[in-house]
Amino acid sequence: MKTRLASGAAALAILVALPAVLSSYQLSLLTKMLIFGIFAMSLDLLLGYAGLPSLGHAAYFGVAAYTVGLLALRVANNFWLDFPAGLLMAGGVSALFGLFALRARGSYFLMITLALGQVLWGIAFGWRSLTGGDDGLPSVPRPQLPLPWALTEGVPFYYFVLSFFALGAVVLWVIVSSPFGRALVGIRESERRMEVLGYDVWRYKYVAFILAGLFAGLAGNLFVYFNGFVSPSYLNIVFSASALLMVILGGAGTLIGAALGAAVIVFLENLISAYMERWVLVLGVIYVLVTLWAPHGLVGLVRQRLGSPPA
Amino acid sequence: MTFWVTQALNGISFGMLLFLLAAGLSLIYGLMRMLNLAHGSYYILGGYVGLATIRVTGSFVLAALAATAVVTLVGVVMERFFLRRFPEQELPQALLTFGFLLIFADLSLWLWGGTPQTLPKPEIFERSIRIGAIVFPSYRLFVIAVGLVIGLGLWWLQEGTRLGAMIRAGVDDAEMARGTGVNVGFLSTAVFALGAFLAGLGGIIGGPFVGVYPGADFEILEMALVVVIIGGLGSLKGAFVGGLLVGLLDNFGKALFPELALFTVFAPMAIILAIRPTGLFGVR
Repeated sequence: MKTRLASGAAALAILVALPAVLSSYQLSLLTKMLIFGIFAMSLDLLLGYAGLPSLGHAAYFGVAAYTVGLLALRVANNFWLDFPAGLLMAGGVSALFGLFALRARGSYFLMITLALGQVLWGIAFGWRSLTGGDDGLPSVPRPQLPLPWALTEGVPFYYFVLSFFALGAVVLWVIVSSPFGRALVGIRESERRMEVLGYDVWRYKYVAFILAGLFAGLAGNLFVYFNGFVSPSYLNIVFSASALLMVILGGAGTLIGAALGAAVIVFLENLISAYMERWVLVLGVIYVLVTLWAPHGLVGLVRQRLGSPPA
Repeated sequence: MTFWVTQALNGISFGMLLFLLAAGLSLIYGLMRMLNLAHGSYYILGGYVGLATIRVTGSFVLAALAATAVVTLVGVVMERFFLRRFPEQELPQALLTFGFLLIFADLSLWLWGGTPQTLPKPEIFERSIRIGAIVFPSYRLFVIAVGLVIGLGLWWLQEGTRLGAMIRAGVDDAEMARGTGVNVGFLSTAVFALGAFLAGLGGIIGGPFVGVYPGADFEILEMALVVVIIGGLGSLKGAFVGGLLVGLLDNFGKALFPELALFTVFAPMAIILAIRPTGLFGVR
């Protein structure tokens, strides 16, 4: 516990200090890593702790991004209105989808979350007059906050994202370490045993599902401000699957692993796309290699080296 | 009147194509409890290999043979060397098959480019058939006939043959089937090969009217998933009825409400999920 707090504080100190040594391009890459890190951690709550492999997690990220984007462009660029509205929509959609998805398990759960996610993709793609269809929503402005620094600048925006990342990580960590989080792990290991012990398994899973949706929405909110643009590709299966890959690559069931996995994928995409056109092919190969040789992720590999059993 | 008949015919023929894809997806799920996300890739691989063969030989029949042979082989290799290592583990299976989906998508884009292409129809189906005021493109009727023949063939395979009996036993209880001497390992490969074959055939059959293009793999996969969810997993009848239903919904949706085209397919799926989570004909 003490070492975890210490290493968390050390990581935060490094993240706070990094803008001093990074170029503005590298800083924007790091900002993206943090946002996708929140997204991956939110899925890890479902996958790594509750044992629910969602293939539609982009839905909540995307719905929040679209909500903030639409409000900022068409209604008012007001942080105190748009930001909570994005979270609310993400939470609302996950509360609705959870009702359908949690009736299934295993491969059927994968399939239903996938199909539900594609419903939103279909709406964003087809309903051109609202969402701009394929073209997406361009030039979403960043919020204006009563701060001495403008968020349109790279460094202040990085700290804006970093504070949400740190807050999100702490809240998620409190959740997974709480009795609620331990119960989720119990459900992952044996639903029947938890039922016999008197836990209302469905309710635990449902709350986890909504919480995961909310945190994915937080990432979506930040992303649309970061990117200034959102398109249907942030709602589709490729994005949902990449979240799964990030979690598995880093190490499911460890929040730090999920964030690490997100950072690695963002980094590799950036690096490889700069040198060749075949990033999708490479990404496909990464899926296969990770499944075959690193099922417990980077954190698992490190633990193996240190001799302790994987989580 | 003409509008309705033509649209219905288009919907039914698209439904038959979806049936070819959903049947394989459903059988594979039924036996192995596995979601094969690369199923849509078999469709575009079939289409592209068929197209390449037609360009060289000019023969639709040879194209169909080459496409189904290549795709079946791809399916067998995936099952034997990759998926077999992860029995009953849905997450590794999903990640592996999604990896293959991306690999095939990008390889196809690399080899065959990004322009949407259509396969030339066999010459005898170039013409239309006229009944009264209504004109039927004869190729659409051919597609419907192929769907019916394959449907009957699969039904006979499942109900009337030893292999079918073994598959049914495996679907009901793989452990028990193994205990009574059924070679479930061989059966898995056989079913996977059959599913890949049907999807590859779908690429050939669908090539002349749906076409092959980057992204068709995802679209076909999604539509086939909706069919399977509506019809019920592991059920051949479900794949058939679901295919027809989704084919018709999609066609009339696109014709009548273009902005909400996909929604006309997804909304009924959500309703069925809410009322009957196992689908129309699913057991579990």
